[in-house]
Amino acid sequence: MPDPRRALRIVLAEDAALLREGLVGILEKAGHEVVAAVGDADALLAHVTHAEPDAVVTDIRMPPGHGDEGLRAAARIRAERPGIAIMVLSAYVADAYLAELLDSAPGGGIGYLLKDRVGHVREFLDSLDRVAAGETVVDPQVVRQLLGRRHDDGPLASLSAREREVLALMAEGRTNGSIAEALVVSEAAVRKHVGNIFAKLDLDPGSDRRVSAVLAYLRG
Amino acid sequence: MSRATDAWAALRGHPARFLASAWPWRSLAYVLSSVPIGLVTLVVLAFALLVGMLTLVIVVGVVVLAGIPLLTGLLGVLERRRLGLVRPTPASGASLRERLRAGRRVPVSWPEIGYAVLLGGVLWVVDAAALLLLLTVPVTLVLAPVLRHVDEMDVLGWRIDTALDGWLACGAGLLALVAAAYLVTVLAAAQGALARLLLDPQEARLSAAVADLRRSRIDLVDAFETERRRIERDLHDGVQQRLVALTMTLGRAELEVPEGEGQTLVREAHQQAELALEELRGTVRNIHPRVLVDHGIAAAVHELADRSSVPVTVDIALPDRLPAPVEAAAYFVVSEALTNVTRHAGARSVQVHAWRADDTLRLTVVDDGVGGADERAGTGLAGLRIRLEALGGRLDVHSPPGGPTEVRMECPTRAEP
Repeated sequence: MPDPRRALRIVLAEDAALLREGLVGILEKAGHEVVAAVGDADALLAHVTHAEPDAVVTDIRMPPGHGDEGLRAAARIRAERPGIAIMVLSAYVADAYLAELLDSAPGGGIGYLLKDRVGHVREFLDSLDRVAAGETVVDPQVVRQLLGRRHDDGPLASLSAREREVLALMAEGRTNGSIAEALVVSEAAVRKHVGNIFAKLDLDPGSDRRVSAVLAYLRG
Repeated sequence: MSRATDAWAALRGHPARFLASAWPWRSLAYVLSSVPIGLVTLVVLAFALLVGMLTLVIVVGVVVLAGIPLLTGLLGVLERRRLGLVRPTPASGASLRERLRAGRRVPVSWPEIGYAVLLGGVLWVVDAAALLLLLTVPVTLVLAPVLRHVDEMDVLGWRIDTALDGWLACGAGLLALVAAAYLVTVLAAAQGALARLLLDPQEARLSAAVADLRRSRIDLVDAFETERRRIERDLHDGVQQRLVALTMTLGRAELEVPEGEGQTLVREAHQQAELALEELRGTVRNIHPRVLVDHGIAAAVHELADRSSVPVTVDIALPDRLPAPVEAAAYFVVSEALTNVTRHAGARSVQVHAWRADDTLRLTVVDDGVGGADERAGTGLAGLRIRLEALGGRLDVHSPPGGPTEVRMECPTRAEP
């Protein structure tokens, strides 16, 4: 967990005024600076160009089309300014959207969370910090869905059930300590599982293996 | 007794009511108008035929002759309209403008040509003769008391030369008028029936009705789909956002409230709000899943598979998006089939397979369960079958006892022209 918290300059896009205000309240209380809070994707793009923020927090479904405008905007920001961390919030989550997010050009951190998670204020702010630090944070619900999907032929097929559980929790952006707590095992045991995962997925020790493992997992 | 609805019914009714009604007059108008129309038809047909035959050697004749069905078609339009005189509901059929616009694209209607020949060759002559007889004789008789003084009268061999004869003839004339009213009506009704037989075949009316029904069913499915989307949007914009806002507020409150019973209660409230949101999401998914709209059938079925407690293998090869009603129908077929598998089949695995061939979406859901599924027991698949049939598709369930169960769906992917 990055501590002390770095104050981020954030552009926020959310079309429902009620939620927008709530989010601004939470972010500002945490010491971040919300440089712009807008209600549609076009305004989001305009303010990102204008304000050069550290991070973008955006809803997926926004005017004018009420489709996946937020996602399109995120992909454009990623392509034009890969350094900006992107946190996507949605009223529902589905791995199809996640694949789209991950398939956009590489760059800074990516987060994909259910809007409800914002209510768990501390966890939400931690997730945002991790995304700002370049990590990938994915909603537990999406991770659960992916966990249920069978990977008959991929490299993940070689993982044991326990290792997949650990990997799923890693995908949620948890630390070894937090994983140990969740699985009610020692942190040493978690470290052993994580080592096995890296080995089985044949990850280069030089890269950020944690992120690579998660990406491998999410891409199935 | 209600008023007669056509000439035949009027004939069978009470004589006084019949004579006082408009039917004799309408029948007279029908028979009377048949004469000039028949005459014109005869002249035009004969002319077209003659010119066509004469110019056949220089090919122009082919065009002229080929135009005859169009002419008889136009006559058909006029005659169907004129049938309204003797039948309250005119025969269905294209309007004049539609028929003209359709031009030669409409297949040649032999009954229409036959009717034109009949009208031009026979009917108008019969009508003219009947009118001559049925009008002149009674009218002359009625006017006998007056006409007697003008000239010598001899009606059908009866010499009328006394005043008594004159008044007798007048009375006979009145009776003859009544008889003429009946006869004209019978003639008009019979001719109308003949016209209707040739110009408004049962088959044409039935196929028009079927086309109407099909269109209205598709409209219904579309309306259904639109309504589902509207409900989904309303829920998303309304109650869902308020619940999200509530969870946010409760989450913030948790941080502000000092530890103790108050915080426990706030935390509980927060959890309850989250559960409500979760349930609402499930409901919205069953109404109209957003991922289906944004990403299409493959992604949406993957989501279903991910949520299923029985392992599901998905093999969907659909490079392009399909029309929204087709995607929705396919999605709900898979959804319903997977629900049934989970509930009844005792299956260990399910295969969902979808592909497109010849503009038809084919989709199968096969499980390795116990089979013996009775489709009638659940309304889900039955309702989906109706939706599919409206889209021109079909849904079959094969579930022999002992399994496996196969749900098979087919649906054209191109909208009807």
